[in-house]
Formats: sequence, structure tokens, C-alpha cells
Amino acid sequence: MNQPTNIQSTSIGAGVWKRFRKHPGAIFGFVIISILIILTVFAPLSPYDPEASEISVRYHPPSWSHPMGTDALGRDLFTRALYGGRISLTVGLLVVIISVTIGIPTGALAGYYGGKLDGILMRITDAFLSLPSFLVLILLSAILREVEIPLFERNNVLTISLVIGVFAWTTFARLVRATFLTLRETDFVAASRALGGSDLRIMINHILPNSIGPIIVEATLEFGYAIIEESGLSFLGFGIQPPTPSWGNLLSNAQEHFTKYPWLAIFPGLMIFLSIISINYIGDGLRDAFDPYKVLEKVGEF
Amino acid sequence: MSILLFALVNLAPGGPLSGQGQSRHIDPTKVELLKRQFGLDKPLPTQYLIWLIGNDWMQIDKNGDGILDSYGARQGILRGDFGFSFRSRQPVLTEIGQRLPNTIYLTVVTMLVAVLIAIPIGIISAIRQYSTFDITVTTFSFAGQAIPEFWLGLILILVFYAWLKNPFTGEPLLPPGGMTSVNSVGFDLGDRIIHLILPVLTGALGWVAWYSRFLRSSMLDVIHQDYIRTARAKGLPNWKVLYKHALRNALVPLVTLLALDLPYIFGGAIFVEILFSWPGMGRLYYQAALDRDYPILLAVLIIGASFIILSNLLADIVYAYLDPRIRFE
Repeated sequence: MNQPTNIQSTSIGAGVWKRFRKHPGAIFGFVIISILIILTVFAPLSPYDPEASEISVRYHPPSWSHPMGTDALGRDLFTRALYGGRISLTVGLLVVIISVTIGIPTGALAGYYGGKLDGILMRITDAFLSLPSFLVLILLSAILREVEIPLFERNNVLTISLVIGVFAWTTFARLVRATFLTLRETDFVAASRALGGSDLRIMINHILPNSIGPIIVEATLEFGYAIIEESGLSFLGFGIQPPTPSWGNLLSNAQEHFTKYPWLAIFPGLMIFLSIISINYIGDGLRDAFDPYKVLEKVGEF
Repeated sequence: MSILLFALVNLAPGGPLSGQGQSRHIDPTKVELLKRQFGLDKPLPTQYLIWLIGNDWMQIDKNGDGILDSYGARQGILRGDFGFSFRSRQPVLTEIGQRLPNTIYLTVVTMLVAVLIAIPIGIISAIRQYSTFDITVTTFSFAGQAIPEFWLGLILILVFYAWLKNPFTGEPLLPPGGMTSVNSVGFDLGDRIIHLILPVLTGALGWVAWYSRFLRSSMLDVIHQDYIRTARAKGLPNWKVLYKHALRNALVPLVTLLALDLPYIFGGAIFVEILFSWPGMGRLYYQAALDRDYPILLAVLIIGASFIILSNLLADIVYAYLDPRIRFE
């Protein structure tokens, strides 16, 4: 009895992959991001220490031994950028996990049960949406910068991810709620209910899979936003605190003397730029791939 | 929402005064005095109430000696009084008033430039879909949306200030920041424009990318509608179809989008202002966050949030006005 559904679901996955492969931008993004991930994973193989200074090689321009040059303390910028990449990519991943964990249940409950619960949950969502979120992020991280709670010391990866994630879940909540609103009255839901399916089972097994496409697309884009927001915060000095490198604080450090030592400003920004453009392309490819009937471009939904 | 923000600030470790004693040692009795003067010795709900509706109806301790001696002068944010900046001791609204015009000046120019560039790009790439122009522009707009503003600004300064020189004087081609030259006297339009180029470029690129992509897709949507075919069929010249029938309708969503982006004019582009030392709201907020100047932070957030709510409302109204098919119950 399960056989047909299995065949069906694998063919959906295969179809998505097939269409995804045909999107040149998506493949470009996929390749770049894979290279970045592999490089950052193997960052410890670098012969240089990301945090120890080596005064004899201060401000060396890019060369074979230092592909991105060295900084004011003689640290190899390439190594630091790779370690920074670990931070940025981890923050991106954590933010997606956090925002999905808050957003999906919120949207599901609101859409499935409707009524008062929906009203309350959506007012909360609206409140979050009406805040100038980046300014609030600045305020929050400025406050948390001096906190010494275990696990959350001085704006580490976890703190920053939490702060960003707490303001990122609203998109998921709205998305999931919309699916639940349209699908809760359908026949297959009624059928499952008639067979004695519990609310939880209906929500997770029958309705949620229908919104998995948009959720994945949105999660990809959120991954990118999170990286931008983290580097923005770190650039302002409210994010990841030096000496731990992150793309944002590398740029921020470069600011002082970057007209004299331009590589300090060029490379970390290039890393951010490359990863964001790759992620956006992947998101674009996924959106097309999940929507086979799409002829025209979808009009600006955000 | 206001409770949320207020709680956030006051429950923060160290409390609202912590920003003041970081750099040097402050006599604890002085801190007590300050606390009484700012009314920080009262319980939080009372503080919240004072913040909201003011304290001119109650006795306060003005000189901090522990004795209630006069009526308060604060009117509360509901009556437009956001209190005093901890740092400058000036009313928050005065501080904001000094910065707001600069930010509006910069953001309005930025938005105008962005829209003026984005509209033709969007139109051309829609009517020449999949042409070389379209593909180039689409690629560029993808890139434009992925460039972080703070990096773009640095690169532009690098190129136009550090590398490119004015061929006649040998001075940097464009100034790296500020609104006017230090030694400029009076109003000098040329000087103003020169100082605008880099910040506006930095700020506008993302908007250009975003608006042109948006217009392209809404234009594509419209072009394939039946009434466009009808207009063509009845023999109207191509440009007339495009501008009178297609563009007008394609602009409706863009105008709505513009209305939604209005809060940006208030908040300003924080990175642009910091990079180009532009004395606007963004830098005010940044400085206040560094100093933990909570009255300013809260005021900017509250006003910003109100702007967002208002602009959402405005977008709905504009949309309904421009598109007669939409009616709100």
C-alpha cells in the first residue's frame, strides 16, 4: 500500500533535481558554495594560525604563500577568511534552524486551528514585522555584547544566531499558515480525519509536506540574509567579537588603513559577496525547480 | 510592542546607566544621585508609565537629594516627549531633529536616483526579454542584490578616492565622506553634488537591482494580458501600447513597493552614513548603541516602527487608489 506513494515521492525529488540541474545560475551557486564549505571545513589544514600574530610579515600584499595577504598583526588573511567563513556559514545554518523551529509550528497552529489562536499568533507576527529589524538587532547585540552567561559569552556564534533567528521566523510562519489555511478544508484532510487521524498526524503527515517546496526556498534565502546580517553586525562591532575572525569584523578591521592595504578590504567582502550570490542563485534555481508549471516569473513576493 | 522594547532595555544587564560608568570610575553616590534625577530609582512599571505618559502630574526629585521637590516636566512619548539623551543631555527630539534633515536629504536623492535608473532598465529588459541586454542586466541585478553595502562603499572609496585622481589637480577624484567640504562657505551646489555621488551610488545599487527586477517581472506579467493584445489588435502603435497600457499598470505594484520602503527614509542607511561620515539618523543610532543611550535608541525604534505601520497602511491605500479592482471591505 505504501509502494505507490514511495514511487511518487522519489519522482518528485528526482524531478526537482533534474530541473535544478538545468538552471545554470543554480549550478554556479551550488559549485561555489560547495567549494566554500569544503575550504572552510578543511581550514585547520592551513599552515598558519588564524589568531597568532607574526610581526615580521605585517601587511604583506597577496602572494603565493599568503594568497590574500596578511593583516596588521601579520596573520594570514586567507586562513582568517576561512575561519571567518566557518563562523558565517554556521550562523546562517543556525539561524535557519532557529527560525524554522519557531516559524513552522507557529504558522501550522495558526493556520490549522484558526480563530482566536490564529488572531493572537498573527498579532505577534505583525508586531515583529513592524519593528525595524536591523536596528533592533543592533540594540540587542549591543546589550548582549557585555553578557557573560555560559554558552552566550560576548556575542558568540550562538548568541548572534539566536538574535537574528528570533527576528527571522515570521516569513516561515506566514508561509506555512497560508498552506494550512488553504488545505485544512480539503478532502484528503477530511478523509484522514474520518479515518481517525489525530490533528498532529494530519498537520505533520498530510498538510506540511505540501509546503515543503516554498519552505526550502525560503530557508535558502534566509541562510543568505543571515550571513549578510551577521557580517553587518560584526562590521559595526556588535557581532562576533575579535580576535575570532568573521567576514564582517575582518572588513571592519580593514576600514582603518584600507586605502593603503586594499587587500584587507577586498577579500573578506568578496567572500561575503560570492556566498550571497551563490545562495541567491541556488534559491532561484530551487524556486523554479519546485514549480514546474511556472511560465512567467513570479511577481515580487518577499 | 512598546512594553517589549522598554522591558528589553531596562532588563538589560547593568541597567540603563551602565553605559555611563564604563570608561572611568564614578563615585557610587554620584550614581545614586543620577539615578534619582533620571527617576531610575522607581519600580519598573512606574518608570514605564512615566516614559509613556510623562511625570508632570507627580512630584519628582529634581536635584537628586532624595526629597520630592517639584513637578516633573516630562510629557511622555504619547505626547511626543521622548526624554533626554543620556549623553548630550539634550531632548531626544532635538537630537533627532538635527539629524533627520540630513538623512532625508540623502535617502530621497538615493531613492530618486534608484527609481530613475531602475524604471528604464526594467522596461527594456521586459520588452526585450532574454536579449543580451536583459541577460546582462539580470545578472548584474543579481550581483547588485548580493553586494553588501558596507563592502561596496569601501570599494568605491578605494577606487574613487584612493586610486583615481583628478587629472588636472592631482587630488582624489571624489571626497571620501562628509556632506560638504570642510572649508566650504555657504551653499555650494557643485560641492554638495560631489559629496553625494559615492554615498548615493553605494546606497542606490541595491535598490536599482531590486526595483528593476521587480518592474521587469510586473511588466512581463502585464504584457501577456489580454487587453494588451486587444490594444495591439486595434492597431495602436507599439510605443503607445507599451507606455499607455502596459507601463501604467506595471507601475502600480512598484508604487506600492515604494510606499512600503518609506521607513527607510527615516531610518536611513546606517552603513552608508557610517562609511561616508554622514551626520544622519543611522549614525545617531549607531553612536547611541555604542554609548547605550537608551532614550535615543528607544525613540528611534518607536518612531521607526510607527513609520513602518503607517507606510503599510499607505501602501494599501495607494494600491486601492491606483487599482480600482481592489476594494477593501
